[in-house]
Amino acid sequence: MTNILIVGVGGQGTLLASRVLGAIAAIEGKDCKLSEVHGMSQRGGSVVTHVRIGDNIAAPLVTPGEADFILAFEKLEALRWGYYLRKDGKLLVNDQEIMPMPVITGAMAYPDGIYAKLAEEGRDTVVVDGLKLAAEAGNTKAVNVVMIGALCAIEGVKYEVALEAVRRSVPAKLLAVNEKALVAGYKSVGK
Amino acid sequence: MNKLMLTNEAVARGAYEAGVKVVSSYPGTPSTEITEFVAKYPEVYSEWAPNEKVATEVAVGASIAGVRSMCCMKHVGVNVAADPLFTAAYTGVNGGMVLVVADDPAMHSSQNEQDSRFYARSAHVPMLEPADSAEAKEFTKKAFALSEEYDTPVMLRLTTRVAHSQSFVELEDRKEFAPKYFEKNISKYVMMPAMARKRHLVVEAREDKLAADVNNSEFNRVEWRSKKLGIVTAGAVYQYVKEATDASIFKVGIVYPLAIDAIRKFASEVDDLLIVEELEPFIENQLKAHGVKCHGKEIFGKQGEYSSASIREKLYGIKTPAPVAEVPARPPVMCAGCPHRGVFYVLHKLGITVSGDIGCYTLGAQAPLSAVDMCVCMGASIGMAHGFDKADSPLKRKMVAVIGDSTFIHSGITNVINAVYNKGTSTTIILDNSITGMTGHQDNPATGKTIKGEPTNKLDLEALLKAIGVDSVVVVDAYDLAAVEKAVKEETAREGVSVIIARRPCALLTKKYPPAFTVNSDKCRYCKACLRIGCPAIENIGGKVRINKELCVACGVCTQLCKFSAIEEGVK
Ligand SMILES: Cc1ncc(C[n+]2csc(CCOP(=O)(O)OP(=O)(O)O)c2C)c(N)n1
Ligand code: SF4
Ligand code: SF4
Repeated sequence: MTNILIVGVGGQGTLLASRVLGAIAAIEGKDCKLSEVHGMSQRGGSVVTHVRIGDNIAAPLVTPGEADFILAFEKLEALRWGYYLRKDGKLLVNDQEIMPMPVITGAMAYPDGIYAKLAEEGRDTVVVDGLKLAAEAGNTKAVNVVMIGALCAIEGVKYEVALEAVRRSVPAKLLAVNEKALVAGYKSVGK
Repeated sequence: MNKLMLTNEAVARGAYEAGVKVVSSYPGTPSTEITEFVAKYPEVYSEWAPNEKVATEVAVGASIAGVRSMCCMKHVGVNVAADPLFTAAYTGVNGGMVLVVADDPAMHSSQNEQDSRFYARSAHVPMLEPADSAEAKEFTKKAFALSEEYDTPVMLRLTTRVAHSQSFVELEDRKEFAPKYFEKNISKYVMMPAMARKRHLVVEAREDKLAADVNNSEFNRVEWRSKKLGIVTAGAVYQYVKEATDASIFKVGIVYPLAIDAIRKFASEVDDLLIVEELEPFIENQLKAHGVKCHGKEIFGKQGEYSSASIREKLYGIKTPAPVAEVPARPPVMCAGCPHRGVFYVLHKLGITVSGDIGCYTLGAQAPLSAVDMCVCMGASIGMAHGFDKADSPLKRKMVAVIGDSTFIHSGITNVINAVYNKGTSTTIILDNSITGMTGHQDNPATGKTIKGEPTNKLDLEALLKAIGVDSVVVVDAYDLAAVEKAVKEETAREGVSVIIARRPCALLTKKYPPAFTVNSDKCRYCKACLRIGCPAIENIGGKVRINKELCVACGVCTQLCKFSAIEEGVK
């Protein structure tokens, strides 16, 4: 059983990312359950999508402390949801900061030294410059697919499988950009 | 074929396979996608109705006409649909009819945490509750057959975690049914006292028969594991119980009527009977009323969602990690460039009390806009403002009602009629972003397009308001703060009922924006005036204001706040 949490800010495309992982499970013939966020939180709120892949899965939710991977599309969200990671799990973070409203209004400060804090909490963290790689691929919205690429590289998912999963999940006219983003993601973790 | 499917899609698929012909719904999280998926099947007629009452009435009509019909809504939608529902339970059906309702424990996107299972009980209609996508498809199909077999509308209940989770579903073919004939039958279809009294007896007899039959129903099942503990549960919670415990499980698939005798038998074979259900003790209290010894709510409580972890903790004291870091909250916000933002900025600045409503604009209650002072249910803003007027509140002339286009059509119109008819004085602002935004951008009667994107006659808000007899109707550009301010000042000063239509499409309706605005740091004095509109694209970092070019859609609202002309149009 693999438990994956995808966290980010509403509008960053966590939904699509989870659907690509679902498609990978389908291609590999594994059981899979996803729990998605629609509605209110999609308006710029903190969003969390649960992905479970394995055999005979019951609950669609990952239990805190049991995530094998956390895919964080934003740094603060990595810090917020880090407690879901299991001891030897891996946290993949897109190196991007998006200010939440309490920070914009000045009621709170955006935390400094997030990576040091994550290290202190003992999270095995891999940083990916997703925004830059997505921009190079042709669309900053493709951060989600860059991150999927990085995760697939670490998990050892065959590139052809990941590509087929992306193909099944994105509109045809966006495939070229997403394919580049996927490649960039694979390469970003040095494998 | 096996397909990974959102439960809401599986419900649509189930209805499709069951040969449904007519689906009418009003959007509402977490039910919206069902009807959006139905709309992809050319064999099925589907529509967005202006509200849930209309949707249900259309489904009742289609059923009486002899075809299978469905209507879908969120839990509070049933409050609106309750009138036709309660009496459709008396007429019964001709073609099978299913009402899908999605509850929202934990209120991810809702204004209350009501439990729709009580509706099934008070309306005397059966209710099914699936636990995942595959079961949702199966139950939806069977719901139509059940409806026809027992001559009753059937409710299908989802909760957010079921509606918005995905699992694998086996696809089957659609089965077409020839429409049944509508035969004139006033004792069944004309509910006036003489006939309804007789039908009430039919309803009771049907309910008694169902209550007996469910004890052998295929919708319920027992999973034997340890007999030290037996757990009765349904829906998503069944999955958590299965994962968190080794107890034997009575899985309820038909939550109303409840299989009392079957559960009593199950209880007799386990040492202790526990009921694990989110929200109200619906199952628990019925069992207790029937003398079945059980417990549950004293351990689990009535609020929020459960999970495998919460059940493990409550039952066995096993704790899971909790959040470590103190991090700033990230509440949902109106998008960068949202046309609602400037209107709230003006209202806040003028110190106006705002009777709010439900939609993306409810978010105007949060800092820094802090403009919305009350919000109860869809359509209520206008009625509440009229209530302030008639209560002779000292605030009454310093108040406006604020409502979105979809919500206005849903249930705001009758409130304006009331205010005009009863000689009220109030001002309403219709935030016309020409879409139903909050629920994910559905068309509505004012957008001029159907659910399938086909052009249709467009509701003319100005003409409608004039026909109602509204004393003054003005239209302003929601991005033009000076125009909004002028209109608000003038209209609130006026006797009689006035309506301001603040018009600008939702910022997410276009994909192509002009280049992002930028802050010219030579001109910026760091007065922070621009931060008062709470645009998520304007960041305040390290003593500097800057505009995030990934988010800015160049609406130009912030430029109207800067006294130093420091915010400049971007260059390509
Ligand atoms: C009775 C009822 N039905 C449905 C909903 C779900 N819902 C919340 S807001 C909304 C519509 C909002 O559209 P609109 O008024 O046009 O405002 P916008 O979100 O576009 O700003 C809906 C359907 C609800 N809260 N109550
Ligand atoms: S979806 Fe549209 S209406 Fe809703 S907050 Fe965003 S811009 Fe505003
Ligand atoms: S122009 Fe100003 S208010 Fe509009 S989206 Fe850009 S930063 Fe926000």
